[in-house]
Amino acid sequence: MLTRPLCCIGALLLASWNVGCTQADGATGSTSRAAARSATASPPVDTGGSARGDFGPPQGPAVHAELTDAPAVPAAPRRTSPARVVVELEVLEKVMRMSDGVDYTFWTFGGQVPGKFIRVRQGDTVEFHLRNHPSSKMPHNIDLHAVTGPGGGATSSFTAPGHESQFTFKALNQGLYIYHCATAPVGMHIANGMYGLIFVEPPEGLPPVDREFYVVQGDFYTVGKYREKGLQPFDMQKAIEENATYVLFNGSEGALVGDNALQARVGERVRIFFGNGGPNLVSSFHVIGEIFDRVYTEGGTRYQENVQTTLVPAGGSAIVDFTLEAPGTYVLVDHSIFRAFNKGALGMLKVEGPERKDVYSGKEVDSVYLADKATPSAAVEQATQKRSQGKVSLEEQIAAGKTLFAGTCSVCHQNEGQGLPDVFPPLAQSDYLMADKRRSIGIVLNGMSGPVQVRGKTYNSVMPPMSQLNDDEVADILTYVRNTWGNRGDAVTAAEVAEVRATTTRPAGAAH
Amino acid sequence: MSRGHFKTGALVAGLLGLTGTAARAEPPPRGMVKVGPGTLRPVYVPSPEEQRVPVAAFWMDRVPVTNAEFLAFVRQAPTWRRGAVPRLFADAGYLRHWAGPLRPGPDAAPDAPVVGVSWFAARAYCEARGARLPTEAEWEFAASASRTEVDARDTEAFREQLLRWYSRPTPRVLPPVGRTEANVWGVKDLHGLIWEWVLDFGNTLVSEDSREGSPAGTSRFCGAGALSSGEKGDYASFMRLAFRGSLQAAYTTGNLGFRCARDLAGGAP
Repeated sequence: MLTRPLCCIGALLLASWNVGCTQADGATGSTSRAAARSATASPPVDTGGSARGDFGPPQGPAVHAELTDAPAVPAAPRRTSPARVVVELEVLEKVMRMSDGVDYTFWTFGGQVPGKFIRVRQGDTVEFHLRNHPSSKMPHNIDLHAVTGPGGGATSSFTAPGHESQFTFKALNQGLYIYHCATAPVGMHIANGMYGLIFVEPPEGLPPVDREFYVVQGDFYTVGKYREKGLQPFDMQKAIEENATYVLFNGSEGALVGDNALQARVGERVRIFFGNGGPNLVSSFHVIGEIFDRVYTEGGTRYQENVQTTLVPAGGSAIVDFTLEAPGTYVLVDHSIFRAFNKGALGMLKVEGPERKDVYSGKEVDSVYLADKATPSAAVEQATQKRSQGKVSLEEQIAAGKTLFAGTCSVCHQNEGQGLPDVFPPLAQSDYLMADKRRSIGIVLNGMSGPVQVRGKTYNSVMPPMSQLNDDEVADILTYVRNTWGNRGDAVTAAEVAEVRATTTRPAGAAH
Repeated sequence: MSRGHFKTGALVAGLLGLTGTAARAEPPPRGMVKVGPGTLRPVYVPSPEEQRVPVAAFWMDRVPVTNAEFLAFVRQAPTWRRGAVPRLFADAGYLRHWAGPLRPGPDAAPDAPVVGVSWFAARAYCEARGARLPTEAEWEFAASASRTEVDARDTEAFREQLLRWYSRPTPRVLPPVGRTEANVWGVKDLHGLIWEWVLDFGNTLVSEDSREGSPAGTSRFCGAGALSSGEKGDYASFMRLAFRGSLQAAYTTGNLGFRCARDLAGGAP
């Protein structure tokens, strides 16, 4: 046994990767070929696929695979020879959180969505135990895309509740593979969360990185609308129509947000093992603010460099590597972007460390752009300060309101409140304005459209809602216009604005 | 009670033009109601000429067999007690949730359905009662009915109700039998409580990899997979077939029970 690998390495010195030792020495020779390759930085031009993936019988005692829940990834196997690896996976059907106040009955490989991450080495013999928990309602099986053989293991792992199946396969192809349940109705089993990733490590390993993460996207179909509270049943019709209610990373909205965000430090190289369980949607995986240095496209052997967004098919994967230069929060999205903002496909990578202003300055200017409308905001600051002490005066409100009016209102109503003839009604000496304080607050907050009579003339225009203004600002602006240009009235308080804001609604579809 | 349901069922079936001859007056066996006759649209169509399978009228238990009833059986039949049954006829999960071989205990209320029983045990129970397990066609025919329809499988609300049950985990302690709504035949709990054994559970053999397009089994209903299904929208039926396909006769699961059936005394109408 010892002499043949030596001979093989000798042969390799003379031969190209494409030749290898397989033909010369058979399976044992392949093992040493793999060992020799560990010393090299990049994979050979052609790995030979499954035809060159058999490195002979497993060596040494059986190894129990370390399985991890997302976003953790098991350590890389450091072996230089193939082993018998025992994988024990339990199917659990359980109610878990899908979003805040929203629960769902997930079907899981190991109790979470996605299922446990499995990491083996190319050439390993994998002894797979699938257990279906006694509380399960359904039978389940597993199709690992890493398996060479009919059904990918599904035919050999069909398991009734409270039972266990065992099958064995040799991981002949390197790469990152989806596994999933393939029991009828297959789509429903996948839609309920039955998928995960198995990584078949190339013999030479991947280039080392500082951190590895495990993220899987999936689409979900519930009877209730997005974020409708309660235990939401699966909606078969929406699934057939591919009309997803949720698109999620790692099985729930917020699984990678806030305290659950992925964490790294400036200067580190990170790797995401990214999968797409489907059942239906293709992912346009993107990290906002980063560029993937490398993408092992479709989870395969080769990588593309300098990629903004990578397409990950349902039942497919990608490995992305990137280096973190600047601190801050990087947002993981499916760049089919409504999925990110309206269906939940959003995660975060929080990066801590020293600023790199030479790489990214952060915001250098943050000011309102008013063109020639810009005026100092000292008056606003003073009103804010006095209000916090509970003693803002009418004059201070008027002064602040004047500034705010110039920035927000004067474009239409003009600097002296005179309006534009036939287009924008005047605020100066306005009978309509002064007749009803509460109505005026409502118009600022909720906008207005349709004909209105002001000083005997009819205006028919649209004012957008200004609900982006806070209660103080609305109060100051209205106090200003109600005490200027011939108007005389009392102050409008922030409390009055708050009350109107709480009790009125702006028209559907209104902007701001 | 049973007779009333029997009349309703016959009436509805008659209105739908599904029945053949009217049933002769025959008192129902204890706890049973008459189901059928009618025809079943099988989920897996055996051949283009067999879109419908005739189902002769039969008697069926109104509710699944309970723990109390099964306890009475194992008192009479010591060979079917937990610990005495050979592994060949029941796996290690047999009545495991019972506190003892003759004591169901707190996790198995007397009026809750018995589960954790093998096909062999279920068959023996029914035979001891002078009955048998329902065939898959009989069970599916009965289970196609809703409160108002003989075949409600195309009714959206009916399908959704079943899928909701299928998507909920089994509770650790099962509720009593008879709590669900009776269908047109007067049968309860076919959906929403437990899975049930059928006589020929391996007949519609769903392939272990249910995506295969070719027949994988040996019976005439053998699994032609999704490609040959006649009822593509009927996912609930698929799930029952998948469940049965995962079973072997000695298997037990924590949500699998049974009920019995009988032929009509006068034979099929």
